[in-house]
Amino acid sequence: MGKKKKEVDDRFKKFGTVSFTSISKVNDFVDYLEQGKIMATKCKECGTVFFPPRADCYQCLKSDMEWVDVTGSGKLVSYSKLEYGPVGFEDDLPYSIALLDYGDFKVFGRLAGDIPEDKIEVGMQMKAEANKLPNGQLNYVFHKA
Amino acid sequence: MGKVGIIGVGQSAFVRGYPGSIRELAFEGFKECLEDAQISAKDIDSSIICSSPEYDKQRSPAGVLAEYLGLTPQPTCYLETLCSSSSMGVRMAYSLIKSGLHDIVAVIGFQKMSEISSAESQERMGRGADIQWESPFGTMMPAYYAMYARAHMAKYGTTSEDLALIRVKAATYGQINEKAVYRKPVTFEMFSDPESPISNPVASPLRVGDCCANADGSSCVIVANEEKARALCKKPVWILGLGAASTSVNMAGRDLFTGLTVGEQAGEQAYKMSGVTPKDIDIAEVHDCFTIAEMMAYENLGFARPGEGKELIKSKETYKEGSIPINVDGGLLSKGHPIGATGGSQMRTIVLQLRGEAGEMQVEDPAIGLVHNIGGVGLYGNVTILGR
Repeated sequence: MGKKKKEVDDRFKKFGTVSFTSISKVNDFVDYLEQGKIMATKCKECGTVFFPPRADCYQCLKSDMEWVDVTGSGKLVSYSKLEYGPVGFEDDLPYSIALLDYGDFKVFGRLAGDIPEDKIEVGMQMKAEANKLPNGQLNYVFHKA
Repeated sequence: MGKVGIIGVGQSAFVRGYPGSIRELAFEGFKECLEDAQISAKDIDSSIICSSPEYDKQRSPAGVLAEYLGLTPQPTCYLETLCSSSSMGVRMAYSLIKSGLHDIVAVIGFQKMSEISSAESQERMGRGADIQWESPFGTMMPAYYAMYARAHMAKYGTTSEDLALIRVKAATYGQINEKAVYRKPVTFEMFSDPESPISNPVASPLRVGDCCANADGSSCVIVANEEKARALCKKPVWILGLGAASTSVNMAGRDLFTGLTVGEQAGEQAYKMSGVTPKDIDIAEVHDCFTIAEMMAYENLGFARPGEGKELIKSKETYKEGSIPINVDGGLLSKGHPIGATGGSQMRTIVLQLRGEAGEMQVEDPAIGLVHNIGGVGLYGNVTILGR
């Protein structure tokens, strides 16, 4: 009998069309995404909200975080529609990467594919929503608020 | 403590698919630099080898290159800050000399981007960002700079036509730079001609013509203390000011999208250290990996007010005959951008200009020059001010 293989928590490999990270202390983010929730972390010591979520607060040097919902809407800071993509993203093309400003934090992601380009304007209000990709992976996309 | 000077500069031709290994590529820039400085490898006390490791098959290239170039047993090390690696190398060389540890230091930059296959390169490009939170969305370098372009357009009314003018300028000088990879003319009309590859969209609003080309190349800058510089060199060029900064790799951690904070901050530091202002700069090399990057550099370095960079290019003030000639060697857009070699190549252009040895590209009698070199998507920034 060989040694029992240690179970690896690699949930993060489900994030995005292609994930380049499998193990992270914020793996719960992926479970929340599966439940349709986009979550940030909040430092219990100083109250700073982090998006993308962090396991550690560089200000307090504490690692005591709670999960908080990303709610409401954010302002579209900028976006770009890609005609070429990296290996592994060919089936998604064309797609647009974008950044939303929620005030206390910003969220980097993708625009929902069904928004016509002439309806997109820098400064418009949008909201991030969890999204299941055709290949079974998870991400989030921005819709008009 | 005395001054620190540049006593030699060199670079290989920047080419597609260099027919040799990385050590042979590095030799080309190093040889030109030693011949320029009229010294030999044994006169050099230490070397700093700069490249971006994701393109290298060789692990720890510093030792391999140092041996090939005859720089052993002197100390050597590897340094990387992406596309600004060799400018950061000059900053470190300055520090080694200023501390009194060494008299003469060689900064060798190289990149053989064709060392890996196109598919491997594509895969690495996908990781040229925050791999945990951004790359899973399918990011690429042009798309990030395109987001800056979009934000600049939305805030200041900058247009794709304004950006095209920057590429037209670059191509004007790329044609007369024998070291450049792209030596064909680019006209304004090509940007609106669907038959021309220049007009093809890459990542909106940027088109093929807005992007620099990958290339293989090497560069070398030899830095010395004042005593050695005066003894060995007829026309030493002095390092008057150095600035460097960093920021969040993730776009979500940034506040400015119409300029690069690292360029601004590095510029302010370099101006302060050298005691000069943007008006005193006679010629500049700025990091034009994309046309929008040059536009933002105009503004971040104080050559134009925020949002007014387009006026500078429209009035041709950044041409050779203008008030502030910028990238009159063709810039990254025409020369090509072999990541680790780029900063050293920019330094070479300014040093040759200040010595009056830039040939057809020479501007009239410049005394103070500036090098602006950015790593990643505004992740690292270095500004170096040089004077006669």
